[in-house]
Amino acid sequence: MDKSGGAYWKATLGLLTKILIVWFMVSFGAGILFADWLNNIHLGGYPVGFWFAQQGSIYVFVALIFIYAKKMGEIDRKFDVHEE
Amino acid sequence: MDLQATIYLAVGASFALYIAIAIWARAGSTSEFYVAGGGVGPRINGMATAADWMSAASFISMAGLISNMGYGGGLFLMGWTGGYVLLALLLAPYLRKFGKFTVPQFIGDRYYSKTASTVAVVCLLTASLTYVIGQMTGVGVAFSRFLGVSNETGIYVGMGIVFVYAVLGGMKGITYTQVAQYVVLIFAYTVPAIFISMHLTGNPIPQLGLGSDLVAGDMSLLQKLDSVVVDLGFGQYTTTTDGSTLNMFVYTLSLMIGTAGLPHVIMRFFTVPTVAAARSSAGWALVFIAILYTTAPAVAAMAKLNLHTTVNTAVATSGDLYAVESSIKAEARPEWMNRWEKTGLLKFEDKNGDGRIQYYNDKTENPEVIAKAEAAGWKGNELTVNPDIIVLANPEIALLPNWVIALVAAGGLAAALSTAAGLLLAISSAISHDLVKGVFNPKISEKNELMAGKVAMAFSILVAGYLGLNPPGFAAGTVALAFGIAASSLFPAIMMGIFSKKMNKEGAIAGMLAGLLITLFYVFAHKGLFFIKGTEYLDLIGGPNPFFGITPEAFGAVGALFNFIVAFVVDKFTKEPPEHIQHLVESVRTPRGSKAVDGSHAH
Repeated sequence: MDKSGGAYWKATLGLLTKILIVWFMVSFGAGILFADWLNNIHLGGYPVGFWFAQQGSIYVFVALIFIYAKKMGEIDRKFDVHEE
Repeated sequence: MDLQATIYLAVGASFALYIAIAIWARAGSTSEFYVAGGGVGPRINGMATAADWMSAASFISMAGLISNMGYGGGLFLMGWTGGYVLLALLLAPYLRKFGKFTVPQFIGDRYYSKTASTVAVVCLLTASLTYVIGQMTGVGVAFSRFLGVSNETGIYVGMGIVFVYAVLGGMKGITYTQVAQYVVLIFAYTVPAIFISMHLTGNPIPQLGLGSDLVAGDMSLLQKLDSVVVDLGFGQYTTTTDGSTLNMFVYTLSLMIGTAGLPHVIMRFFTVPTVAAARSSAGWALVFIAILYTTAPAVAAMAKLNLHTTVNTAVATSGDLYAVESSIKAEARPEWMNRWEKTGLLKFEDKNGDGRIQYYNDKTENPEVIAKAEAAGWKGNELTVNPDIIVLANPEIALLPNWVIALVAAGGLAAALSTAAGLLLAISSAISHDLVKGVFNPKISEKNELMAGKVAMAFSILVAGYLGLNPPGFAAGTVALAFGIAASSLFPAIMMGIFSKKMNKEGAIAGMLAGLLITLFYVFAHKGLFFIKGTEYLDLIGGPNPFFGITPEAFGAVGALFNFIVAFVVDKFTKEPPEHIQHLVESVRTPRGSKAVDGSHAH
């Protein structure tokens, strides 16, 4: 396996891209651009577009940061650049 | 015990706690003063970051804004939390690995230029000073509302408290007081919300209550609210936005980028021991922030419904809102309304002289509403409600016990004080570390630098206090400016410093200046040169919001885009950074070899 700095950085950028896509989809996507359309669906008493804008995206943001921290830890160890 | 005594007790007890912590956590070295010794755990740092971040505006004003704006208020919620994803992914861990005390120091070292770090210091000082004015006025407001003292006395007491723990303890004292302040403010925010949610929906968790059915009647809370406000001529709560969808999009993005670029938030991540801790600490910070930020929309909607229910009896019975006896009699209005009328935050004016309070949107274009109001003999809206009331008077609107009201007072003060302290540290460390040590006197001893830091802190408190006492007429517009500056100048410069090895000093400096100037140009066009009334120059740029209808508050992201473009163009035509800088970037990108944060300027 290629353990160079270049490969490590590529793996990092790959992870960042994936996470930022989700980050964008929940807030700008579900919360703003598609909110009207999603409001036709209901989650309990919440119209779904409204829920994403005022609740859902925040929950997803929290999850994203912890997933990022965990996955970065794995990448660090895989490329042997983790802290002792 | 009466209300006033209970409030004094709650606020006094919280202040005694902060001072006790300050005495326990004195700073003896520059490392303790700037970064709390660098050994703060990720959860503790997350909690301190949350208190640092959540200001008087978050605590007092945000729910009210959402209450007024409805769905569109989501831009504050998403913007001020989504920024933490950017901070965690793009900045915090790398700046921690870089391992220095301040943000301008990163920019100065990475772009091998004192000019670059000085530009960063100017951006930092402008952003932080404008931001701190709002906190000091917030302290004054909270004191005068709750303790019955004058604004001035409130600000002096606030300055005194911050002085004790910020000057004595630096980042170390601030960190541990912020943890205590977080606990106070989060209780103060959630306890009334739980009561109200329980009362309205039977569900004690406000986040679930907002999506539940009402106890009275068979409708969901949001359906009910939608139908009431639409019937009274307001925009439908769950769908209405102030501006265009594009503006909401760009505004949200600007707040996110601005959040990630605010130096007083970034520097909290220099206090954790490792790169891995910086990553998870951002997650913990957002957990603690999310508790308040997901409660706020529930408070917003529930308080709005409560307010309508209070002034119009037909809301509860689902009767005719326009029937004569539906509007409550002015003389029968609840005691809390009288109390808040004295502060000017609530105004009642009997326009049609019927002795009853009519609360509706008289500027509506809905012909049905206009016809109904006319038929009922309504002559315009008679109740003006300042958005800040939604949180401040919320416990009273819901008829909660005195100790809850006292808790809200202590919470509002905790929110304002914790943010003010964080900002003051960012300001004083930029002065003592980046200017005094970095530019004027690089040979200064550790002991003298610590002294310089404390003097700078004392001086910053005096300046902030002065500005709080004599708020320039533009206080309200300044927070938007702070975000605009952070978004358009600092965020892009830091991000390019990490993600582009080839970005050189010419590109970075040109980019920061371009982003900063275009943002200032756009904001000043709307609000006046340096916010001086009468110096607006909207004609010059073609009327208000000429850039695709983007409002000046939302412009930071556009400024950031300019920054990136200018930086890359200038970079193309100037020579690439020296070899050792490219190695520096490589070392910043990998966690191994992270060491304790220190302040040396050598590279």
